[in-house]
Amino acid sequence: MKTKAVNESHANFLAQIKKEKRLMRFWQIMIFILFFALWELAGRLNWIDPLLFSFPSKIWNLMLDKLADGSLLIHVSVTLIETILGFILGTLLGTILATILWWSRLLSKILDPYLVVLNSMPKVALGPIIIVALGPSYGSIIAMGITISVIITTIVVYTAFREVEPNYIKVVKTFGGNKQQTFKEVVLPASFPTIISTLKVNVGLSWVGVIVGEFLVSKQGLGYMIIYGFQVFNFTLVLLSLVIIAVLSAVMYNAVEWLERKLIKH
Amino acid sequence: MAFLEIDQISHDYFTKETATNAIKGVSLNIDEGEFISFLGPSGCGKTTLLSIIAGLLAPTTGKVALKGKKITEPDTQIGYMLQQDYLFPWKTIEENTLLGLRLTKQLNSDNKEYTLALLDQMGLLDVKDSYPSQLSGGMRQRVALVRTLATKPELLLLDEPFSALDYQTKLKLEDLVFETLKNHKKTALLVTHDIGEAIAMSDRIVLFSTRPGKIQRVFDVSESLRSIKPFQARNDSDFSILFQTIWKELNELENKSSQ
Repeated sequence: MKTKAVNESHANFLAQIKKEKRLMRFWQIMIFILFFALWELAGRLNWIDPLLFSFPSKIWNLMLDKLADGSLLIHVSVTLIETILGFILGTLLGTILATILWWSRLLSKILDPYLVVLNSMPKVALGPIIIVALGPSYGSIIAMGITISVIITTIVVYTAFREVEPNYIKVVKTFGGNKQQTFKEVVLPASFPTIISTLKVNVGLSWVGVIVGEFLVSKQGLGYMIIYGFQVFNFTLVLLSLVIIAVLSAVMYNAVEWLERKLIKH
Repeated sequence: MAFLEIDQISHDYFTKETATNAIKGVSLNIDEGEFISFLGPSGCGKTTLLSIIAGLLAPTTGKVALKGKKITEPDTQIGYMLQQDYLFPWKTIEENTLLGLRLTKQLNSDNKEYTLALLDQMGLLDVKDSYPSQLSGGMRQRVALVRTLATKPELLLLDEPFSALDYQTKLKLEDLVFETLKNHKKTALLVTHDIGEAIAMSDRIVLFSTRPGKIQRVFDVSESLRSIKPFQARNDSDFSILFQTIWKELNELENKSSQ
């Protein structure tokens, strides 16, 4: 009797959760549809200036045209490769720098004020210098993507290294573990969740770096599409680029979350 | 020559503002197979002394020698158990217990088999692929014991290993540790502030006075108490007599230091 009652209330509890989830999904999709429907309507009825704000069906048609002539695919793949390389290399380089700082307490103390200054500086301002130094190529755009994320990654990951539970380190030391073993066995794995979460932040940062880099280089990519659209006053093209960026960064963010679930099991 | 010689150890801690004399002139000889407890109020330098014996900390003056060899750094012959288990949450139970063997590069099939046998003895073999977060506090401390024993240390340093556990688990684990160490003929040093635990488990009890920490008195536990398990010892008549003696001594120490 008792177990039956428990089972029943548990089933109710599960049904409640399911109901809430369905409601949540419903409104998420509703907001999406309403937004685009309203945009379309406002554009068509001239509530907003269609020259400036365009509307979804116009953007969609432009996308089909650009897909047909093959130019969109090139722009998208160029930007995507630059961004992926930017955020992976930025995170990797930042983690390596954090490791060096962890290795030498003295070095980290010496470099501390420089890191603070570098972090508060707007990295995109370095864009012109990078482009002149490395040439107007993919290289300098990727360098922009790296520059924008590397300092903050260094600071965040180094802080995580420093905050590892000292008793975990003591366990390794009681077995006579050296500094390298301490890093490999404790400090790095304990900081893994932080590294993954900087990866999430860096997805966004690298997009900024790469798009600004493409503004400046103005050769190829979604950033180039935006700046070109702006110059010829084709805001449908600008908005098409923005929509594609939104979709791609959402996909990348989800990929990182999937990676997080795969890597962190405990 | 004693198994472990602690010779005139003193240790000072420095901060910008103060220099603290934590331990002063501690000397003690421990024989092989003995179970010794360090008892004393908090702040008497017990844990500092344990860290010095483990080779984690260099004393300001004095020396510690294990089987005639001076200890200057952590040694595979010495095992250390902390107040909490500190199992690595990202490793499985098996990987956690093999940590010491990996760090000392002794991981081979014989030693691995030995570790798994230890897990089996502790009733933990069926959770070897679980993660620490899936285990209870008592189970986790048992895993930590296996991790310490896996490298086959001859001397075990136990730094209040039962203090974070609930009372029932603590009593059970005391029996288990006591028996395991006796079976493997290990020498052990237990740091505790629990008088009952010290009496129930050890052969000798070293009472420390505080600030600076030095040896106040050494109590010998009677043969009859030594031969029985900690849980039974707690119910023995000798237990309460010794408890009263140590209790009185500790109280006098506290009165003296508060004056």
